[in-house]
Amino acid sequence: MTPDTSERTLPDALLEIRDLTVTFASRFGDQTAIENIDMDVRRGEIVGLVGESGAGKSTIGAAINGLLPGNGRITGGTVTLSGERLDRLSEASLHRLRGDRISMIFQDPQTSLNPLMRIGDQLIETIRQHRDCREEEARSQAITLLEEMEITDAAARMSAWPHQFSGGMRQRVVIALALCTEPELIIADEPTTALDVAIQKQILDLIRRLADERQVGVILITHDIGVIAEVSDRVVVLRHGQVKERGVTARVLGQPEDPYTRSLMAAVPRMDRKLERFRGIVEAVDTDAAATRRGRSARVRQSDATQSDATPSDATQLDSTQGDSARGDSARGDNRGTATDATADESAGAAGKPLWRVSGASATAASDWLLGERNERSPIHDPILSLEHVDVIFDASPGYLFGLGRRPGVQALDDISFDVAAGSVLGLVGESGSGKSTLAKTITGLVTPARGTLLFDGQELPSGRARVRSHPSRRRIQMIFQDPYSSLNERHSVESILIEPLREYDLAESRAERRRLAASVLELVGLPQRALLRYPHQFSGGQRQRIAVARALLARPELLVADEPTSALDVSVQAQILNLLKDLQSTFGLSMLFISHNLAVVRQMADRIVVLKRGQRVEYGDSEAFFESPASPYGRELLSETPSLALLDAAPRR
Amino acid sequence: MSTLLERLRRLGTENEFLYLFLHSRLAMIAAAVAVLGMGAAALAPLIAPVDPYDIGSVDILDSLVPPGWTDGGDTRFLLGTDDQGRDLWSAILYGTRLSLIVGLSAIVFASVLGVTLGLLAGYLGGHLDAVIMRIADVQLALPAILTALLVDGIARGLLPRDSHDDLMLVVLTVAIGLSLWVNFARTARASTFVERQKEYVQAAEVMGVHPVRILLVHILPNILGPLLVILTIDLAVAVLLEATLSFLGVGVPPNQPSLGTLIRTGTEYLFSGEWWIVLFPSLTLVMLIVAVNILGDFLREVFDPRLR
Repeated sequence: MTPDTSERTLPDALLEIRDLTVTFASRFGDQTAIENIDMDVRRGEIVGLVGESGAGKSTIGAAINGLLPGNGRITGGTVTLSGERLDRLSEASLHRLRGDRISMIFQDPQTSLNPLMRIGDQLIETIRQHRDCREEEARSQAITLLEEMEITDAAARMSAWPHQFSGGMRQRVVIALALCTEPELIIADEPTTALDVAIQKQILDLIRRLADERQVGVILITHDIGVIAEVSDRVVVLRHGQVKERGVTARVLGQPEDPYTRSLMAAVPRMDRKLERFRGIVEAVDTDAAATRRGRSARVRQSDATQSDATPSDATQLDSTQGDSARGDSARGDNRGTATDATADESAGAAGKPLWRVSGASATAASDWLLGERNERSPIHDPILSLEHVDVIFDASPGYLFGLGRRPGVQALDDISFDVAAGSVLGLVGESGSGKSTLAKTITGLVTPARGTLLFDGQELPSGRARVRSHPSRRRIQMIFQDPYSSLNERHSVESILIEPLREYDLAESRAERRRLAASVLELVGLPQRALLRYPHQFSGGQRQRIAVARALLARPELLVADEPTSALDVSVQAQILNLLKDLQSTFGLSMLFISHNLAVVRQMADRIVVLKRGQRVEYGDSEAFFESPASPYGRELLSETPSLALLDAAPRR
Repeated sequence: MSTLLERLRRLGTENEFLYLFLHSRLAMIAAAVAVLGMGAAALAPLIAPVDPYDIGSVDILDSLVPPGWTDGGDTRFLLGTDDQGRDLWSAILYGTRLSLIVGLSAIVFASVLGVTLGLLAGYLGGHLDAVIMRIADVQLALPAILTALLVDGIARGLLPRDSHDDLMLVVLTVAIGLSLWVNFARTARASTFVERQKEYVQAAEVMGVHPVRILLVHILPNILGPLLVILTIDLAVAVLLEATLSFLGVGVPPNQPSLGTLIRTGTEYLFSGEWWIVLFPSLTLVMLIVAVNILGDFLREVFDPRLR
């Protein structure tokens, strides 16, 4: 979009991509995954490649080193590495090139190491594959490499197995493997997505140092703007296989020129400030919706990239929906304006045809129904939920035969106490394994605590199995799950998914009434009523999460437990869902326990906050106060490690 | 025909299953053979020239007539006759029918039993799971034939003599079903175990949905894929088991010949030159089994993306 004229004539460009176009053949015809991509990487430079799912990020990486899946072909343009054309190479010479001059770092360090081979053997094998040398020589080189990766006691760790390393250490080994052959270019595909923030920071620092010291060019593929802001020199923003904007990181992210980049940045939750709502976000056409509509789920990651056939219509979509959202924002007294990805669906679907509606169903009807209940019932005890000294202990192994061979348990939660004030949002943060989800499951009765009491609305809440199915709290506490791809039953229509709570809690008199309520609430969460007739696989992640929210609302809950409700979603969709949750929470006075590993997201949602570390509560108090000045050392550490966009407000770095 | 195929193919671009099916010649041929076989068996009373169960229509003087097109053949008997003068073509049609009835009901019995136990074991886990799966292990250690013989033997001992022949089909069904339930139970248990962890099941549990409803309405539809594959493959096994048992003489009564019984009778005449009595029932059996197996393999490939 922004022609960066200086880039065309870079003297020291290591990698030059010009007009690169990749198409995938499928039985629906050829699909262009990326189109006319121009991109350069200099030595010692980290170029960030950002975009939401389906933008074609990984396709570019695969095209560079010839790892496109069988049905993918480069149909135009050139890829040049230090003056050598790569796009015309034979399979054999590409194979030599991979690893030798271009290395890859993948997302999951669990699967990119062979679990049945010692670390040292994997390194030595790779070194000897590419360079003719004796084993001792390769061994000493491998040890040097591990030391360079800041792995202590490297000589001894050579004989360790991958499972003896933690995730972060494993990723270091993977990077060492990638460096074995002294490549000129490293393609890192979401290298820190599977890691906690503390580890992520270390790995990013390591990659930065390698680029500086070894003068390796790095392409950093990620969906995480924070990561890009942290380490990359320049950034390329992709959407639907096309470059939207490129340039120096601080400039592109700080003062974006392209409307898409601007709205993308607006949707990124900032850790340094709390916003009432996300404004000016792209009401993005959910990228995977087009794919699933053709009956192809996101089974193959690469197939995500085959969306760009929808590009022309999406471009117009972008313009029109942006207008819509602007209008919606100004006129937002209720929350119906959030009909976001749904609007795309509307126009893509039956344009001009009268829409299928359920008579008497509307978002207003849903509001009235939800509010009506609040007026009928007695005022809620405040705090609505209290946990007092809750311990949870898991059996490490359930035992093989009749519990034989059972080992002692693991303490998942250790003396946890907190209150959720009625009508407020309590944020719950912690790294993976800190016990966040266990806590959610304890509250919803899926896990039985070893000790401690739960009070809900002033009454003691029976725990785990002791909570009978007919217990009133079953209805009053509802949960929203992390993964909208697994939280909705694929074999059920949206209607039968939504009707389940109404049927279960006997909230509606008749079939027609149930359908009317389901349609109304669906409209309230921003989906067309027509969606009732469809099945979950026909919706994108964001739309599915809306359905999940609707399901929770249909129980007329008082407390919502949201366990990482947006962590499986793209950033612009995340902003929409967070907006929706904020709206619903304030309109209906819901109390909410909002769980996330993402501090920036929690800041946007929470009134008060609990920070967990290995099952223990290390912080508990006002959310804003925590973000301004955390009380505990761990809290300070956590905040400093989380990538912040604050630097963008400062002057450009380079 | 070709336009029909074209139209189907166009439809197939939308439906993944249909697409793969229409682009697999083998699967289509197998389906055609299986449908033809099953159709002929179902319509046996309409197609067959004579009723082989009707003693009145059988003439002992017609015994051991070779197939119609050979020397000494009789045009009345297309595939020849057996030792009692029964028309072999009719006997095969009726025999296939019986084999399929026994095979199908055995597989229904096995799948209902196996899937129920598997769902319970996978969902409830704990001791119940341990008990059910240990029983399954023991069952698996016994060869299917042995289980079937055992059930048959016990039934013969327990049932009064005169009702024996009438109940023989039921006994046979139970015997075959009992030796095949383990596959269903194991698959259902493993799939249920996976589904149980998914959030939609947790969502239902949090909501307080009754466990029986969770199992039947939520989990079962999601594990049908692999079960369908086993159903098809084990259908072939069941038909084969029936034939084996009948061949061993513990299967269906001789006056109601199944394919296995026909083959057994045939082997006695094999060395005296009456080859057709054993050849044609065997060919029918082989064709049916191979076709159903290919269909099963095809389904397995469709449902298991790793094999594609």
